Amino acid sequence: MSADPHAAGHDEIELPHASMRDYVIGFVLSVILTAIPFWLVMERPFSAGATAAIIMAFAAIQIVVHMVYFLHMSPKAEGGWSITSLTFTIIVVVIMLAGSLWVMHHLNTNMMPPHDVSQLP
Amino acid sequence: MSANTVTAGDSVRFYDLDEHAHPEGHSTMLGFWIYLMSDCLIFAILFACFAVLGGNYAAGPAPKDLFDLPLVALNTAMLLFSSITYGFAVLQMQQGKVKGVQLWLAITGLFGLAFLGIELYEFHHLIEIGATPQRSAFLSSFFTLVGTHGLHVTFGIVWLVVLMVQLGKHGLIAANKRRVMCLSMFWHFLDVVWIGVFTIVYLMGVLR
Repeated sequence: MSADPHAAGHDEIELPHASMRDYVIGFVLSVILTAIPFWLVMERPFSAGATAAIIMAFAAIQIVVHMVYFLHMSPKAEGGWSITSLTFTIIVVVIMLAGSLWVMHHLNTNMMPPHDVSQLP
Repeated sequence: MSANTVTAGDSVRFYDLDEHAHPEGHSTMLGFWIYLMSDCLIFAILFACFAVLGGNYAAGPAPKDLFDLPLVALNTAMLLFSSITYGFAVLQMQQGKVKGVQLWLAITGLFGLAFLGIELYEFHHLIEIGATPQRSAFLSSFFTLVGTHGLHVTFGIVWLVVLMVQLGKHGLIAANKRRVMCLSMFWHFLDVVWIGVFTIVYLMGVLR
């Protein structure tokens, strides 16, 4: 296999390249995206519903920030296989979370009789 | 159809049947990423459990009565600091400085230990006031989810120490560089999971 052309130039594996700029941008964005939700919940300038929606949105954005700036995720990483497996995982996770919540919510509302002490035997 | 016929003796090959020479560890990064995705599924199941059971207090304490948000914010800060210090370790590695990598790994480990210390303090406090995992379904799922994350951080710190020893013994060889990058993914992944934990468990819990 010594004459194999594919082996040439592959002795050192290519590791993802990180830069100071990426880490600093990621860190500053993370601090902002963490501080605002904590402040919103501690000080409560908005109603509970609005606050919940905002902090969920901030969490989603911060996860993307971490993926891009700390985990060096890109559509090209590992020839696209990283993002493929990530997409698959997200699909499974969304189905599982949404399905569990949906089923259990209906179970709770439809199967739980109201507690009426006078009806007890 | 006759155009496709290959005559005997023709050396045309349609398939690359020989296996290529692959350098050692060429698939380690992708393999480790797929492990992290499977770990992601474990956490997703625990999050689903918490989302379903998180409101069942069994007439016991609710998140409002238990969680101390400034403490959680401090904990979050510890993990965030450890993320950027790990980034500095990776940058030192790219410049080929072993001592720098070890130094930043050590600082990352200290932040990790601070995170664990605060979390254990919180758990100890909860158990002391009677909010044990046995108290309600909410507390069972809370301790399972947050505890599993804490266990991951613990093993991350063990790995960190082992990696520092390996770096001390062999320096920045290709295998050690690969290990630094794998632990980097693991460490940043734990921070991603923590975003879910502090948002869904602590902030949404207090909001509920």
